[in-house]
Amino acid sequence: MKTAIVVFPGTSGEHEVYQVLTQYDVQVEIVSDLTTSLDAYDGIIIPGGFAYGDYLRSGAIAKLSPIMTEIKKAAEDGKLVLGIGNGFQILLECNLLPGAMLPNADLKFKCCNVPVIVENNQTAFTCDYQEKAQLDLPIAHWAGNYYCDPVTLEQLEQQGQIVFRYHNNPNGSLNNIAGIINRKGNVLGIMARPERACDQLLGSVDGSKLFSSMIRSWRDSNGLL
Amino acid sequence: MAYYNEPTPEQIAEEKIYRQMAVSDDEFALIQKLLGRLPNYTELGLFSVMWSEHCSYKNSKPVIKKFPTTGPQVLQGPGEGAGIVDIGDGLGIAFKIESHNHPSAVEPYQGAATGVGGILRDVFSMGARPIALLNSLRFGELANDRMKYLFKGVVAGIAGYGNRMGIPTVGGEIYFDSSYEGNPLVNAMCVGLIRHDQIQRGIAKGVGNSVVYVGAATGRDGIHGATFASVEFGDEAAVELPAVQAGDPFVEKLLMEACLELIEKDVLLGIQDMGAAGLTSSSAEMASKAGNGIELNLDLVPQRDPNMSAYEMMLSESQERMLLVVEKGREQEVEAICQKWGLTAVTIGRVTDDGRMRLLHKGQVVADVPVDYLAEEAPVYHQPSREPASFRENQAKLVEDLSINNGTETLKQLLAMPSIASKEWVFQQFDYLSGNNTIVRPGSDAAIIRIPETNKAIGITTDCNAGYIYLDPYTGGAIAVAEAARNLVCSGAKPLAITDGLNFGSPENPEVFWQIEQAAIGISEACLKFGTPVVSGNVSLYNETNGNAIYPTPIIGMVGVIEKLDHITTQHVKTAGDVVVLLGRTVPGLGGSQLQKLIDGEISGKLPDFDLAYEARVQKLVLAAIQQGLLASAHDLSEGGLAVALAEIVMETPFGLELNLNSSLPTSVILFGEAQSRVVVSLNEEKLAALKQLAATYDVELAVIGQVNNSGNYILRLNGEEIIATSVVELEKTWKGAIPCMIND
Repeated sequence: MKTAIVVFPGTSGEHEVYQVLTQYDVQVEIVSDLTTSLDAYDGIIIPGGFAYGDYLRSGAIAKLSPIMTEIKKAAEDGKLVLGIGNGFQILLECNLLPGAMLPNADLKFKCCNVPVIVENNQTAFTCDYQEKAQLDLPIAHWAGNYYCDPVTLEQLEQQGQIVFRYHNNPNGSLNNIAGIINRKGNVLGIMARPERACDQLLGSVDGSKLFSSMIRSWRDSNGLL
Repeated sequence: MAYYNEPTPEQIAEEKIYRQMAVSDDEFALIQKLLGRLPNYTELGLFSVMWSEHCSYKNSKPVIKKFPTTGPQVLQGPGEGAGIVDIGDGLGIAFKIESHNHPSAVEPYQGAATGVGGILRDVFSMGARPIALLNSLRFGELANDRMKYLFKGVVAGIAGYGNRMGIPTVGGEIYFDSSYEGNPLVNAMCVGLIRHDQIQRGIAKGVGNSVVYVGAATGRDGIHGATFASVEFGDEAAVELPAVQAGDPFVEKLLMEACLELIEKDVLLGIQDMGAAGLTSSSAEMASKAGNGIELNLDLVPQRDPNMSAYEMMLSESQERMLLVVEKGREQEVEAICQKWGLTAVTIGRVTDDGRMRLLHKGQVVADVPVDYLAEEAPVYHQPSREPASFRENQAKLVEDLSINNGTETLKQLLAMPSIASKEWVFQQFDYLSGNNTIVRPGSDAAIIRIPETNKAIGITTDCNAGYIYLDPYTGGAIAVAEAARNLVCSGAKPLAITDGLNFGSPENPEVFWQIEQAAIGISEACLKFGTPVVSGNVSLYNETNGNAIYPTPIIGMVGVIEKLDHITTQHVKTAGDVVVLLGRTVPGLGGSQLQKLIDGEISGKLPDFDLAYEARVQKLVLAAIQQGLLASAHDLSEGGLAVALAEIVMETPFGLELNLNSSLPTSVILFGEAQSRVVVSLNEEKLAALKQLAATYDVELAVIGQVNNSGNYILRLNGEEIIATSVVELEKTWKGAIPCMIND
């Protein structure tokens, strides 16, 4: 599996994801948002940080970057696309995922570990988790308060698109939503930071199965052992 | 010819206009004598900022030059953007602390944010990649709306800037005291990682080489910031808003990546942040250090307003700008790299051989003065000092006992004092995990950051109990260093060096100057004792409003190295059944304690006796015990004494403590006294004999005081009598709830 970590000016989480992925037997490259093609990659990860300073609104400027066409193309082609934190906000802004992020209910940046429940372990990103597993994952954001209209929310609930839910809501997110997937099942956004929970020395390893799931799903779908 | 309606040199002299720039009559006469003529308005501006206390240390130099600054671990001492210490493996740690007190008092969000931005540039201009930020904050009591506004604004400003940079804010300290009512302190510390071969210096090498400006355009913000930082506040502080800069962390992030790439590709001869006194100090200092001159064409400086005068451009403190010296012919390489990061790089001048700073603007020479006059010839003042009468009175008074009715209630009241209470409300707003190397998070004795691709980590802390320094600056100064070292040692780190943020009132007040002198002696002696030289620092004087000075607050930022990751130790107890042991001795006295502040409303009297040699033995004992794998946890005793420290080791764990103490000292002293040189540890009972032996070797008192259990209760008996009995959860609620409650959040 060859994975691209897409970096916008102001992105800061690329090395965190890179460091985690290099522990697996996969190819991983950090690519700039000026890159004109993502055809060579099997998976795309948009990491955390503050693309374009999060000015105007999280992801609002990043969605205008030329690479977004390539990311949309990759999603249409069925490639796995993962947005973490700021990456999730960007996926919402460019409509690869439904809904929007509002500022946290208490209007403050919040960094801490929170319990997150795996609501759907039948996805390409969560197949290595047990259903209803409770994960200890860090969050670090000021706009993680997920919102969508009631019809969309109903669809998300009915179709198992809510993949992760907060056990104790830290930001006001609708229905405790921490992560959602598109209907096709190849684009996932998660507000928590699984890449920061892949090393016991740093406090938790509960995030690593998200990456191992991604890699296994890709291998399975490509008939590799 | 009149230039921008500025006063003529004659008007400046006759109408004493220089006084508005905080240049004294004597200083103006000296400038005139050095130049052999009257300075014009622009030139006077250059002198006024370069000769401000902030840039020249004219009042503090006689004191700070006595600090120990050398040691085998020192790769770069004071005088550059940041100091650097060796941690082995060809790696170094660059670090420095800097104040942004005055701007933060006027506009807390931008004041604090740009303080973070400035210290980051100091570190990455050395060639180091920033890996951690800390901040040391002082506010008045959280009693009125203005103080709550300042507190919230400063925290939000630090978060807004540091988080966007992707650099974790991992620690620091916050105290609240009425002495900071008019002058809150905001000191930011940055720590960076550097390879030895990448160390850069701020020097304008090689006549004919190009001077390149990179980063944000120059605006009118922050004009005279350095001067503003070097005078005291009157009631008119609020009208000084234009002297506060506005920050743009997004541009700073791009500037940091561009500069680190330029350094990696070895394109630069010299680099310096345009920080305090902006273009003036960066250009004059780089030229002066190289023994060269510098010529700048100000028409080429990127400007937000094309009608800016030379004076405004030279004195602007617009943020996110860097001045580079580049070998002639390689300018395009620099431009290309900067362009990749979306930044403008412009060649605005050249290095000359005549030792002068020559500024050209709109076809005129608008300033032409020797750079050394600006950078080296500032007057040095040996201010008179006088021991305040209150010092003798305090020294003569040993506070032997204070009356405590209910030990449990007193413990809770102490845990709810904002200086002791949990700072979770603050640090949760910081992305302290950014970078994925934060092993020990904010709230422990020291933050621990992993050094990638090694088996090492570094410990970082900031410390200063200013109340102690107010009562006894010499002893208090030594204690600040000792406590920082003790915090590192308790985390498993060997202390390496310090950066000092010296925050005081007006040096022209002899009693304040005496505080500065005495604190500096105490700091120096402790630095020598612990082998931790001063490698960088910052001086912020004139922290007073209407004649009321802050507590003398020399903040110690200390860095230590952890040679093996399994030496990392935290304060929390780990296992039921472990024994709890107090290392060190409890000496009489409650002067300066938080208990005294709680009961009397203010502090007074003599500090408990402090012995540097004993302190050093305690620290050696703790580090040896950690390195031999004897300890499960270690925590230093500080504000609130033993009872508070014991609460801190059990809160946020599922455990409880049962403690039995025996002593002839008063209950108040045993439980809440703040005698130094004490550490509470927990360990498996089987290792107790080895610890006892080690303690005997270092000649340090050891007392087994209790045991960790699963009860979830904190029970403490003194001489058989139960003094404290409560559930840990209840303590935790009080401790965590205090600050949100005070600020109605």
